[in-house]
Amino acid sequence: MKILTLKKVVTVSLFLTFLLVLVILFSVMVGSVRVDPVRSISILLQSLLGLTGAETEMERTIILSLRFPRALLAGLVGAGLSVSGVIFQALLRNPLADPYILGVSSGSAVGAIIAIFLGLSTLSFGLPLASFAGALITIALVFYFGKQEGKIHPNILLLAGVITGSFLSAIIMFFLSISQKEELHTIIFWLMGDFSFANPRAIGIVLPYIVAGFFILYYQSRHLNLILSGEDSALQLGVNVERLKIISYLSASLITAASVSLCGLIGFVGLIIPHSVRLLFGPDHRLLLPASALIGASFLIASDTLARTLLAPVELPVGVITAAFGGPFFIYLLRKRKVVKTL
Amino acid sequence: MIDLRSVSFRYRQDWVLQDISFGIERGEFIGVIGPNGSGKSTLLKILCRLLSPQKGEVLLDLTSLREMNQRDIARRMAVVPQEAYSLFPFRVIEMVLMGRSPYLGHLMFEGARDLEIAKKAMDWTETFSISERFVDELSGGERKRVFIARALAQEPEVILLDEPTANLDIHHQVDFLDLILNLNREKGLTILMASHDLNIASEYCDRLILLRGGRIYKIGPPREVITRENIEEVYGCRVWVDENPVSGMPRISLLRKGG
Repeated sequence: MKILTLKKVVTVSLFLTFLLVLVILFSVMVGSVRVDPVRSISILLQSLLGLTGAETEMERTIILSLRFPRALLAGLVGAGLSVSGVIFQALLRNPLADPYILGVSSGSAVGAIIAIFLGLSTLSFGLPLASFAGALITIALVFYFGKQEGKIHPNILLLAGVITGSFLSAIIMFFLSISQKEELHTIIFWLMGDFSFANPRAIGIVLPYIVAGFFILYYQSRHLNLILSGEDSALQLGVNVERLKIISYLSASLITAASVSLCGLIGFVGLIIPHSVRLLFGPDHRLLLPASALIGASFLIASDTLARTLLAPVELPVGVITAAFGGPFFIYLLRKRKVVKTL
Repeated sequence: MIDLRSVSFRYRQDWVLQDISFGIERGEFIGVIGPNGSGKSTLLKILCRLLSPQKGEVLLDLTSLREMNQRDIARRMAVVPQEAYSLFPFRVIEMVLMGRSPYLGHLMFEGARDLEIAKKAMDWTETFSISERFVDELSGGERKRVFIARALAQEPEVILLDEPTANLDIHHQVDFLDLILNLNREKGLTILMASHDLNIASEYCDRLILLRGGRIYKIGPPREVITRENIEEVYGCRVWVDENPVSGMPRISLLRKGG
């Protein structure tokens, strides 16, 4: 009888990590200046070991201060959005849920737009900090509105999130309608999700949120399986459901806030990666969470690589790529195997 | 082993259960009957602490449920839900193994012993042959058995059943209740079942609790509870009660108006 074992989780995770490394290597090689694979590897290894090699200075700079940090950033965001998508789908018991469903994205956008208007976006951490603050305020508001008698009811929270999101969208529209041409371009790229203005040094700031969030959620993974059959059912199997919900909602919201603050609203990743990974590996969160994180990271790095090379030297917003390639692939999976019972 | 001491419960304002006191002995098969809204489901939810009563207390082997944590309760008491769907489909074996949850730590995987217990539970419920199938692809009867298997995997002393025969045809009703009776007689499990089907309750239960408007109207063996007077009084409709010619237990026939 096949059941999920630690060995399987480790094996799959190692394999997917290997895949991720390949994707990162590919991503640092390609671009306006091609660097051949062996040289790329040696540059990365040397910097890892603290050595300076004989490679031409330009190649080193391109790989170490441009492409590699950007790949790391895309990987982090891809992992973060995928993991929080998994969590929101499970907790809200809704296959259509994604990381943005509670309005965190809109709050983050309002923060970012205000920063762009005030000219803060030229400061090194201005944009990510402002959007992170916007997201945090939104999370606080949504949970304040969504709680009833000290408990979180999925549907009430969902409504609170959707309504807050709509209100914030109105603010976004307002700013869009009064903005000048240059600001407009920045805002629209931010809303579509784009790594070109991401500050690689911000990695250090968001990394702890996403990594800590992941491990907190992974600690709950077995209980998250139980909650898929309903809160009463989970409670009856000994789960402290209210605590599980608060911890998981907050972790997933923080991960989302940290992810979007770097690169804007990259759509689709948080919706299709969780479903695709469930189709591949099943709904058990003990495997689903690490697999989603790793596949989400690879997917977004690959998408971003395409975004900056497809029409080079023009860069596309990565959100265009995720939707254009993710959509059809997801429809293919959907037709081939069923995603959810009710669909 | 279970004692209710003047338990009262209300959701908002009106009391749904009032001053409920009774005791259940180890190994009994108890049926809870009563009209819609009489408090059957609420009583079951209080017994497994999905709800906590505002007054009175529930004792499990003389320890109040309030003083136990949810995990300890889950190791001793299992609930078979009316219908439970997982949002994303699990296989039968995975679902049954979830019954081991109260015995597992946060980051643990089910081990050989858990698998052994799950296999036994599937043997009892004859679900072993479908263990690789997805729960949502099963028939209603099979799914009921899977949830019994999950409950058995909890290694409980008490099993609570909420309307276990709803949506089952008579063949599967009898199959299912024979299985429950078997667990009761051979494994010594204490069973508490809420049911709308008075004939089934009469046929299978040792004792019945008849609820009316949140209070106990009558408690006792089926012969004392299922009488024409009691049923007509509580349900407010005309019935005929005679004996099941095979088992000798009380049998209810419905009477239409003017019939």
